[in-house]
Amino acid sequence: MLYFDYAASTPPYPDVITTVSEVMNRHYANASSIHGYGENAEKLLNKSREVCAKTLGVKASEVIFTSGATESNNMAIKGVALRYHSRGKHMITTKTEHASVYESFRFLERMGYDITYLPVDSKGRVRVEDVLHAVRKDTILVSLMHVNNETGAIHPVIEIGRELKKQHPKVIFHVDGVQAFGKIKVELAHSGIDLYSISAHKIRGPKGAGLLYVRSGLELAPLLTGGSQEGGVRAGTENIPLIAGMTKAVRLAEENRSELYARLIPLRDRLMEEILRYPEWELNSSPEGAPHIVHFSYPGMKAEVILHTLEQLGVVVSTQSACSSKYTEPSRVLLAMGKSEEAARSGIRISLGDVHTEEHIDQLIHALREMKKRLVNFEGWNR
Amino acid sequence: MKYDMLLLRFGEFTLKGKNRRRFEKSIKSHVKSKLTAYPGATIIEEYGRMYVGLGGHDYLAVIEDLRKIFGLVSISPVKVTASELNEIVETSLAFMKEMQPAPGTTFKVNARRVWKGFEHSSHEMNHLVGSPLLRTFQELKVDVRKPDIELKIEIRETGTYLFFESFSAVGGFPRGTNGKAMMLLSGGIDSPVAAWSSMKRGLELELVHFFSFPFTSQKAKDKVIDLARVLAGYSGEIKLHLVPFTEVQTSFTQLGQDNLIITLMRRSMLRIATMLAEREGALAIVSGDSLGQVASQTLGSMNVIGRATDLPLLRPLVMMDKMEIVKIAEEIGTYDLSILPYEDCCTLFVPKSPATNPNLRIVEKLEASIGNLSELLEQAVANTETITLGDGKELESSAIEEDWL
Repeated sequence: MLYFDYAASTPPYPDVITTVSEVMNRHYANASSIHGYGENAEKLLNKSREVCAKTLGVKASEVIFTSGATESNNMAIKGVALRYHSRGKHMITTKTEHASVYESFRFLERMGYDITYLPVDSKGRVRVEDVLHAVRKDTILVSLMHVNNETGAIHPVIEIGRELKKQHPKVIFHVDGVQAFGKIKVELAHSGIDLYSISAHKIRGPKGAGLLYVRSGLELAPLLTGGSQEGGVRAGTENIPLIAGMTKAVRLAEENRSELYARLIPLRDRLMEEILRYPEWELNSSPEGAPHIVHFSYPGMKAEVILHTLEQLGVVVSTQSACSSKYTEPSRVLLAMGKSEEAARSGIRISLGDVHTEEHIDQLIHALREMKKRLVNFEGWNR
Repeated sequence: MKYDMLLLRFGEFTLKGKNRRRFEKSIKSHVKSKLTAYPGATIIEEYGRMYVGLGGHDYLAVIEDLRKIFGLVSISPVKVTASELNEIVETSLAFMKEMQPAPGTTFKVNARRVWKGFEHSSHEMNHLVGSPLLRTFQELKVDVRKPDIELKIEIRETGTYLFFESFSAVGGFPRGTNGKAMMLLSGGIDSPVAAWSSMKRGLELELVHFFSFPFTSQKAKDKVIDLARVLAGYSGEIKLHLVPFTEVQTSFTQLGQDNLIITLMRRSMLRIATMLAEREGALAIVSGDSLGQVASQTLGSMNVIGRATDLPLLRPLVMMDKMEIVKIAEEIGTYDLSILPYEDCCTLFVPKSPATNPNLRIVEKLEASIGNLSELLEQAVANTETITLGDGKELESSAIEEDWL
């Protein structure tokens, strides 16, 4: 079976598994305890924070460990909303964000906040001037994803960060970097980005660990209260094994990033070419997007039928994003890009990882052709 | 600006005759250890001078690192060219072009013919280089007294060096060239600054820290180890003696003379440091005392405390203001560590009103009343743990394995 769902989750590096298990075995003490065992655990925690910070080019005090990207995103958005509500209650995001961002904003909307959901262009990108035009006197936050998890579209976050800080220095800028980190270059210092979310299991780290970059000077209201861990922003005993494992994955991801990029681009381009051969299919990713995601629609065919057929042919892909694939709703992201509802119901995402080779792509292309042959007689029957 | 080399200028020790070789050797090894971060950079020695070949590295970054080396007073980035008139003129023109002088900029050429085989004298060279510069750059004016730009040209047989700017360096004596001393290192702001100031005067230091487990925590000890590590960044390898002080310290709490506890403690610390100094061949003791700062640093206290040792007691900060000390601490990178809030043995058992003018006779009497004090001091020395910290040899916390992260 060939696994092409790296955007949903990745197999941890064997070294990461070793780190997690050894640390779990040896550093079971609570990092907040003042005895020697606790102090050793705390040292490991501090060291992990330093290594993560160094990899990201930021200060150790700017790295907050969380349980994953969902928490990082919630922490950033709700943390800003609750901390800075006296400054204003308006926030800006896009229509194509990940559910953890989108639902955080829906929640805040019910609490009386005013949210602007910006449109995207046909390639799935928000326009810089749309973001700037949307800013009002009472705007406190702009939150965007760096790379879209369904289509791989890259938002111009660096340009937005720069302009935003120039024109509206008080507006806080959060970027959900989950699909970007380890794939495309991220420079946080002096980027205009105040908050950046990263998840460990998307970069061959363990599930249950993530981090949030919080620019120094920025305050967040805590979502979890009770202890003074993580600078008081996130109470709760630190999960040292997962944090250490994530740190290893973060370091390896960044070290391998440019090599991975160079390797994935030709593989991705071959896949895109293949999809463009079928006039009835629609390619939803663009060559300007991320190197690891190819998304297409097969209008007239239900996404899960395509997925199951490919699975029978030995290839694992996904429909929409894993977080919303259990629902049969059309993809919110594709609708926002101006796709038809039919196309939005038949989206397939192929996502690549560092293990993939030319031969894997050959096999995948073969499976796609076979799938098309098997399904061609059912087109239109299965909406 | 693209430079080829750095010219390093030495400080006052160039006057020291016979010791000069030793001093230069010390600087060379210090420079060498800093250059390990720059592969391809080279050291070139000439009489009374040292040059660093940049090997393509950014000159500003290298200067930033080298200017912290004790014994260097200034550093100039240098362009190198062949010792041939045409080449020298061409390079000077290129040099000035990169500088883009504003209209009205004054300049002069200051040539020095070190290699007497060169066909033009120093004086001739000033004209031979100055004239084409004036012709090419209309915005330049000559001023031989106080020019904005003084283009220096050194003509040597192996090559000619051009430079005009210089960056100040820390100065002092090359590391470790003025003998060895024992440094009393607490976790506070002052003593690391005193240590750095002593190193700057060429003292080799061994550090002594007193801890009182279980009254002080492992964290306080770790903090001092981290401070020592920062100091090792300036000195190279450095020894840190960790003295268990609990027994000595608690022996004073029973005397019913709480206001003298600090005086007694400090005297015992000096005695222990003296024993360690004798063992390690150190000729002085250095402390971070600053006159009047706390009760133990009044003149009266210093008098009574200082008598506990026969060794010279050096107090580099004695006349400095707290603000000056904090400024240095920030510059040398110890401040953030020093302000971490862990109790050390000096903040333990602090009486409500410590004596600011202790009586020597009473203090001596009290010490005599503790029958086994000298035994306790010897025990403390015997149980002292010594660790060596230094460039690249840092003791990582043994509990963390390097390949985990």
